[in-house]
Amino acid sequence: MVREATNTLQKSVLWDWLTTVDHKKLAVLYLISGTLFFLKAGLMAVFMRIQLMFPMNDFLSGQTFNEFITMHGTIMLFLAATPLLFAFMNYIVPLQIGARDVAFPFVNALGFWLFFFGGLLVSLSWFFGGAPDAGWTSYVPLASRDYGGLGIDFYVLGLQVSGIGTLVSGINFIVTIINMRAPGMTMMRMPLFCWTTLVTSILIVFAFTPLAAGLALLMLDRMFDGMFFIPGEGGNVVIWQHIFWIFGHPEVYILVLPAFGMISEIIPTFSKKRLFGYTAMVFATLIIGFLGFMVWMHHMFTVGIGPIANSVFAIATMIIGIPTGIKIFNWLFTMWGGKLTFNTAMLCASSFVPTFVLGGVTGVMLAMAPVDHLYHDTYFVVAHFHYIILGGIVLGLIGATFYWYPKMFGHKLNETLGKIMFWMFYVGFHLTFFVQHILGLIGMPRRVYTYLEDQGMDTMNMISTIGAFVMSAAIILLVINIVYSAMKSPREGGDPWDGRTLEWATPTPVPEYNFAQTPQVRSLDPLFYEKIHGDGTMKPAEPIGDIHMPNGSIYPFTISLGLFIAGFGFIMLNMENAIISPWIVIAVGGIITFGSMALHSVKEDHGYHISKETVEQMEKEVGTNG
Amino acid sequence: MNGLRRLFKFAPFMAVFLFLAGCGERRLTALDPMGPQSQWIYDNMILSLYVMAIVIIVVFVLFFIVVVRFRHKEGDNEYPEQVHGSTKLEVAWTVIPLFLLAILAVPTVTGQFYLSNTGLEAQEAENEEEVDEEELDAESAEELGDDVMKITATGHQFWWQFDYDFGDDSFTAGNEVYVPVDTKVAFVLEAEDVMHSFWVPALAGKVDNIPGIENYMWLEASEPGVYKGKCAELCGPSHALMDFRLIALEQDEFDEWATAMQEEEEAPTESLANEGREIFEEQSCLNCHAVDGDGGAMGPSLANFGDRETIANYLDVTDENLKAWIQDPQSLKQGNEMPAYPDLSDEELDALVAYLNQLEKLDPETKEGLERD
Repeated sequence: MVREATNTLQKSVLWDWLTTVDHKKLAVLYLISGTLFFLKAGLMAVFMRIQLMFPMNDFLSGQTFNEFITMHGTIMLFLAATPLLFAFMNYIVPLQIGARDVAFPFVNALGFWLFFFGGLLVSLSWFFGGAPDAGWTSYVPLASRDYGGLGIDFYVLGLQVSGIGTLVSGINFIVTIINMRAPGMTMMRMPLFCWTTLVTSILIVFAFTPLAAGLALLMLDRMFDGMFFIPGEGGNVVIWQHIFWIFGHPEVYILVLPAFGMISEIIPTFSKKRLFGYTAMVFATLIIGFLGFMVWMHHMFTVGIGPIANSVFAIATMIIGIPTGIKIFNWLFTMWGGKLTFNTAMLCASSFVPTFVLGGVTGVMLAMAPVDHLYHDTYFVVAHFHYIILGGIVLGLIGATFYWYPKMFGHKLNETLGKIMFWMFYVGFHLTFFVQHILGLIGMPRRVYTYLEDQGMDTMNMISTIGAFVMSAAIILLVINIVYSAMKSPREGGDPWDGRTLEWATPTPVPEYNFAQTPQVRSLDPLFYEKIHGDGTMKPAEPIGDIHMPNGSIYPFTISLGLFIAGFGFIMLNMENAIISPWIVIAVGGIITFGSMALHSVKEDHGYHISKETVEQMEKEVGTNG
Repeated sequence: MNGLRRLFKFAPFMAVFLFLAGCGERRLTALDPMGPQSQWIYDNMILSLYVMAIVIIVVFVLFFIVVVRFRHKEGDNEYPEQVHGSTKLEVAWTVIPLFLLAILAVPTVTGQFYLSNTGLEAQEAENEEEVDEEELDAESAEELGDDVMKITATGHQFWWQFDYDFGDDSFTAGNEVYVPVDTKVAFVLEAEDVMHSFWVPALAGKVDNIPGIENYMWLEASEPGVYKGKCAELCGPSHALMDFRLIALEQDEFDEWATAMQEEEEAPTESLANEGREIFEEQSCLNCHAVDGDGGAMGPSLANFGDRETIANYLDVTDENLKAWIQDPQSLKQGNEMPAYPDLSDEELDALVAYLNQLEKLDPETKEGLERD
């Protein structure tokens, strides 16, 4: 079955992207779909801010507003932040550990398509009677069959499908990082981005499983007359909150840890210094990951679990501040004594530090359980988690985009546009969210579609909305920058930033096999080590030879498509007049999914080899181009 | 202006907090606390701000030094010294925050018990004891008589029901809860349909109303007046309009009001209002809205509707608003349960409004004296 590499041009471009199992192409798919979801949810946020611009505004009705808050939160966390982080994890981690691909390329593709079709299923709700409207947390009973509309079914099924995708991708990253490291790349020589990816992936495995279980229970409640969360029938609504937050709190760390990793890559590169306190950083990451599972109840301080439980979880939450503080100071001391270059990536990464501290201190304040009875479910909380998510995750993502863009697309993004974008975003962000702290304290609950006049909230809401406009303009500028740079920016070589880690040792564009010869790693920051102690190139750990590559496959796409169809079928069970029997739709979806799985299992596929001659030829071409 | 005087103690934050105190509505904002619980919460928020200010100042100072001092200079191609790290520093920024957090951990634990202590449990325990030991002396029996006042607050989409438990003389009020000033009042929190959350920012922290579960909290108002309360848990399309009022009265005024609330509703003397009463019965309003002990509880009790501060929890009290509400409640409050009555004639509406407006329980003088900020 081993065959020579065929000319990929024989297949159509579309087919190539649908069947690809290459981690770099999947990363680009993640990046594009994540960006589209991000823009969609961002637009919803702008609409919500317009609604809240004036007291008793009637731009959106209460129902529509609730659908917007729900979709904004759900999309941003599950369908925008996660895939955008996955994009960089997919592209960069195999390169940073000196691997040719992830451990299971097929599973990698499956993860992407499941996420994509799950997201599509959630989005379909707009065309079938309205989006989910019970908040991204979908608290029962508001989300149970008596009070929640059809939108909740799309939420349940869509997140179930996309959650499986996230789960298998997490498993894939764990195996990749444990097993696929290049010779000499010990665990304690791994770049911090790989460490945070590893911890995040472990969190995904432990956090997305309870979510899947919780969503399954809610599905049984909604579609098959279950009673898990129906208080009148002996169910308990608080159980849902526990299950949700056992997932939901680690989810925050799932998102923020990779952002920490990105910052830990960008700051050393542009400070020209190695990361300060690498070991402490690694252990801080592990401790944050571990403690992340111990604190879910701080989202439920007002639920009435009792003073003892509240106190225990309050103190556990405060303790998370310590490893986070360790990280903050280590970043500061990485920059201390360095030679800092402030381009857009570094602006994002360095301003991340004080911004994240502001989000962190409000986090500690929120951890004080008795005082949280004031903050809980007010705009103070909204301000807090946007400081973490926008000031932390999104700044990290924008920084990472500017930093790794030349590796991914062969050219840099325009720096002038980038810096203008950064300052607009930064100012707009603080304008939007700082006043929201105060709004919460003067009595504005979160998730309100309007507020009355004369409560002293008018001016601050106006400021907040103006900030949101400025921030949107910044994001538009980023999109313009991407288009502009694609046309105008000069091609870059493999190492445009004077990088320190292995991904900069590959040529640009990165060949599909990444490394012609697996590199021998001799230190932390391996490329920097070779620049100081060697000739600036990685020493090979193996002779040049045939490279074994996996074949593309359409099955990840069809398996996911089948689940999408079946999921829609389940939702049809709750539709009042479905055109055809839902069971037929479920059966069709099931046949596609399980049929694809069966075919994939039966069909022998050993992949193919790129011959030694071809590799040598390609390397020579890269050498002349780069 | 006790709250403001307190602010002066915190000189460094004064500028910020004067601004903050200035921009909230009095008897709504939590930055101008008006009861012991909210005062405790406020003081400890300030404490945590102080502690956190240390962190913020250290990080920001370090950050600005770094940004100003360690810039890359043109033409300088030497690598800086590659520092591995420093164990001493790592220990320092692990241990010092630990102490800072310890400062906050102590009030966190004590405060949680302070907030959870409604007095109801102690009372119940004592009541049980009383049964066991019949030889209780008269003094402690008197103490027991000094009961914690208990009100059950039930959340509905999108209104509040307040049940006063005075043994046999229990009664229900809708959307507006009256309490005596300077008295610890225990609340039992329940929910009829979905989750709600009971929050009077100027007086106490919030606790959730959860269907199928009883929650407890307490609050105390230090000044008589009208306080604004809000539902703080997303409960449907009109969640934002699920406000309520807490009205603190002097003890004697409160007793007077409570006695009035226990009286049976009587036919009004005025003829127009009397007509309205008939319409109220004809249209089966009584099925959902009680006007005294009898009547349904699907909608808020209207026993003291004439004293209301708002219609439908947010509209100003005018006859026009009330008529608009009766004719088409959905357009004013999306998703509420009240059916529309578009077929009522103008005369019928006038009569109905006249009837509802005279359902007053508050002494006119007391009502006049109520402070509204």
